Amino acid sequence: MNWLKLQRRRERVDVSDMKKFLIPLALFLGLVAFLAVGLKRDPREIPSPLINKPAPAFSLPTLEGGEPFSPQSLQGKVWMLNVWATWCVACREEHPVLVAFARQNAVPIVGLSYKEIQPQDEANGKLAPEAKLQMARDRSKVWLARHGNPYALSVMDLDGRVGIDYGVYGVPETYVIDRQGVIRYKRVGVVTPALLSEKILPLIRELERS
Amino acid sequence: MSSHLRRVSLGLLGLVLLAHIGLVPAREAALRAEDPVVEARLVAIADELRCLVCQNESLASSHAELAEDLRREVRGLIREGKSDAEVKRFLVDRYGDFVLYRPEVKPLTWALWFGPFALLVLALVVLGRYLRQRRTQVPRVTTLSEADRARAEQLLKD
Amino acid sequence: MIPELGHFALILALLVAVVQGVFPLWGTLSRNAAWQSLARPSALMQAALVALAFACLSSSFLSNDFSVVYVAQHSNTLLPKPYQLAAVWGGHEGSLLLWVLMLALWSAAVAVFSASLPLAMVARVLGVLGLVSIGFLSFILTTSNPFERLLPPAQEGRDLNPLLQDPGLVIHPPMLYMGYVGLSVTFAFAIAALLSGRLDAAWARWSRPWTVIAWTFLTFGIGLGSWWAYYELGWGGWWFWDPVENASLMPWLVATALIHSLMVTEKRGSFKAWTVLLAIGAFSLSLLGTFLVRSGVLTSVHAFASDPSRGVFILLFLAVVVGSSLTLFAWRAPQVTLGGSMGLLSRETFLLMNSVLLVVATGAVLLGTIYPLVIDALNLGKLSVGPPYFNLVFAPLMVPLLFIMIPGTVARWREAKLSELVVELRWVGCLALLVGSIAPLAFGTWSVGTALGWTLGAWVGLGTLWQVVQRLRKPGRIPASFWGMHLAHLGMAVLVVGVTGVKSFEVERDVRMGLGDEVTIAPYTFRLVDMKNVQGPNYRAVRAEVHVLRNGQPLEVLSPEKRNYFSTAMPMTEAAIDSGFMRDLYVSLGDRLEGERPEWSMRVYYKPFVPWLWGGVLLMVFGGVAAALDRRYRKTQVADELAEASAAARAG
Repeated sequence: MNWLKLQRRRERVDVSDMKKFLIPLALFLGLVAFLAVGLKRDPREIPSPLINKPAPAFSLPTLEGGEPFSPQSLQGKVWMLNVWATWCVACREEHPVLVAFARQNAVPIVGLSYKEIQPQDEANGKLAPEAKLQMARDRSKVWLARHGNPYALSVMDLDGRVGIDYGVYGVPETYVIDRQGVIRYKRVGVVTPALLSEKILPLIRELERS
Repeated sequence: MSSHLRRVSLGLLGLVLLAHIGLVPAREAALRAEDPVVEARLVAIADELRCLVCQNESLASSHAELAEDLRREVRGLIREGKSDAEVKRFLVDRYGDFVLYRPEVKPLTWALWFGPFALLVLALVVLGRYLRQRRTQVPRVTTLSEADRARAEQLLKD
Repeated sequence: MIPELGHFALILALLVAVVQGVFPLWGTLSRNAAWQSLARPSALMQAALVALAFACLSSSFLSNDFSVVYVAQHSNTLLPKPYQLAAVWGGHEGSLLLWVLMLALWSAAVAVFSASLPLAMVARVLGVLGLVSIGFLSFILTTSNPFERLLPPAQEGRDLNPLLQDPGLVIHPPMLYMGYVGLSVTFAFAIAALLSGRLDAAWARWSRPWTVIAWTFLTFGIGLGSWWAYYELGWGGWWFWDPVENASLMPWLVATALIHSLMVTEKRGSFKAWTVLLAIGAFSLSLLGTFLVRSGVLTSVHAFASDPSRGVFILLFLAVVVGSSLTLFAWRAPQVTLGGSMGLLSRETFLLMNSVLLVVATGAVLLGTIYPLVIDALNLGKLSVGPPYFNLVFAPLMVPLLFIMIPGTVARWREAKLSELVVELRWVGCLALLVGSIAPLAFGTWSVGTALGWTLGAWVGLGTLWQVVQRLRKPGRIPASFWGMHLAHLGMAVLVVGVTGVKSFEVERDVRMGLGDEVTIAPYTFRLVDMKNVQGPNYRAVRAEVHVLRNGQPLEVLSPEKRNYFSTAMPMTEAAIDSGFMRDLYVSLGDRLEGERPEWSMRVYYKPFVPWLWGGVLLMVFGGVAAALDRRYRKTQVADELAEASAAARAG
């Protein structure tokens, strides 16, 4: 008799106990949900913390020569900053799009020539700053002459310092800055016609209204 | 080979031979870093920063160009006397939280930082309750009852 | 012709896998013995077909058949032959084929070594393995076919990634996959037990050797990966908490917990539901790892080129396999019996603590690995979780785990007394504390972390050796599993001592060296003596000749290189290492620096205790092998014991 009682007690199961066995399944399904969403994301794309913050100030020499340029001088206007370089392969892809866009005269596009002089250019010895700037200017001018010049003006960021201030980590990158000098949009990568019409132009129109 | 190059190589060869024989006093190699103190701090900080253009590498060990540029910036900040926290803030302001390998402890990361500890506490509590519950469900049989003893003897005889 | 044959073999293998997966399981539900008996032959057939497919792909590589896309992407005529073979698993498609081959071979092994198991059980186990095979084979055939043709064929292949052109690649992935896939066998046993409703000690005894073998391979694979990263990547690191590394560590942690939990289930009939859950968990983490590495969801140095459609497929597969297993678990586990009683302090509770700590550690690693993804999915931004987090969170969990390793092996089953444990272990404890506190002084500056690490290492090491000595004093044959357990624990101790040692006392010098320059890390001196250009089979390199002296006496010549492979623009460093018992001397050659005299950037490391890392892993591997070879898992043992008993009876 004793044995039977023991057996039955061992096999008794509480209803509340049963629910706890579902916990692993519940946790797992939660995990799958996150992974599913994650599939649509690009883990290498870094959103910029500079959105809705003032565009960092700088003063850089321009491609054309003359007075150095500072973003302060475009206060009151909506404008675009496009980070590019002659060695950047992807820039060649987006360049026609920019050239076509520039013809619409919607906003001034300022080019930021980023680290035009690369380590291999200095393989035979470091260049003096003036020589470096001149080499960068010459190369860029030739390139723009060949591929078209969408820029109202282009500034030369030779050592990449301004790029770092703007959170540049790859070329090309494009920013939209409003009348108060606040960054409102950043695009990492090539600007496509679709992006222009769907995101950038509507944003520009909205900013111009304010 | 140009004659200049030949001269240089012969000179080098001579130097190498002499070094082998030990007649040329060996030079103590110079540290790559110009300032070892600054460099040590750079490595300590950069070890906890992420190289943004690499596939998961630290800023300290990456050879990428942007990494070199960022290290140069950090060196400059260290020389200006900025603290570790200020250096990190400089980079986070420009690149976001992504650049930190050690996430800041803020409401967004409470689950991350306190999760394992909470999990451990929860596990220990559940464990404790389970063991106690078990003691009531499975009684500790320390001595055989008469009926059990008789049954055991019967089994052993078989 | 041959690629098509391989492709066809894979299609046939899928059909056979369908037979293997469906009929035996149906046979157990409908009690049809004929269908159940289809399990073994179909498993063997599938293994033969997949092996054929693998042989076809290998042959394409060895014959430089660049009309196959995969071969053109990962090989090259200049690539040395052994690497041409290893390149078979150098990319996503081929590595999947390797996985499927392993799965088929493990299934075949189960088919062959299961003579003592009831047919219904074999049918269920092989049926489950068949279902898993269906998933992987269909994945390969629909999204990742290694036999796709490239027409017109390429003139020359793109070459294997230079990082992979190394003996490490030849052996690391196969060992790792043997481990991952081996866990599917325990998983299949667990599912079979749930399906049959029979979760008893016998199930645990059958599962255990398979789990131990899989664990051993996984340990070896992870150790190899670590060693490979150490000498190949040029800066002497051996663990980066990279998502892919974590993906291999998590199943290992759970498999360790599983082995210990199986012990309790086998001996005392307890923790059955928990052990089953661990078995499901270990394989689920293997599958999760596959997903993380191939879906592009996380960035990693190791990740394969990703493709969203592949990610979706694997995720669906993962969801179906694990989801249905956990549903089955929720349904059947409540009916499982509880087993024997246990005191609050007993070997069982120590082993339960082992499970808790390992599972919490796994949870912590999973949390850290997945957190950036979760935050991104919730649109809350992008953050990174790296080594600082993992080191801070993982190490404290290991401290109690290492501590309980010794009382856990000494404590009695069912009921243990604290006073007994203290009395037995007091000398080991004192000695460990002494060693741990004093040894750091002999190597450099003392710190709490170093002392703690070495105390724990000494505790586990000395405690293990003490138990071995005690046992040797007693009469009777010592089973192989005893040696297995203690070797593995000793390996863990050696590993802990190694990790603590290298982290506490390693020295790095980042210098510019011209010919004749030297660097000193007492008592060693490194002198750059020569620099020459050399040619390899598919690369050109600059090789430095560094003379190493110890206390002024010549010790060794190290030759680090900087290689430029013809196929890629990426230069590769080949570090030069001098290994001793207690330390490694590591020299890495960097770029040529500008200046009047020719100088090169060099990194020179003194890494004490690094060989103990590899030694510890090897000891654990030997322990696993010993444990798996224990006589009780072999059928002949029963016959032997009967013969011994009758001989004794006749004599006595």
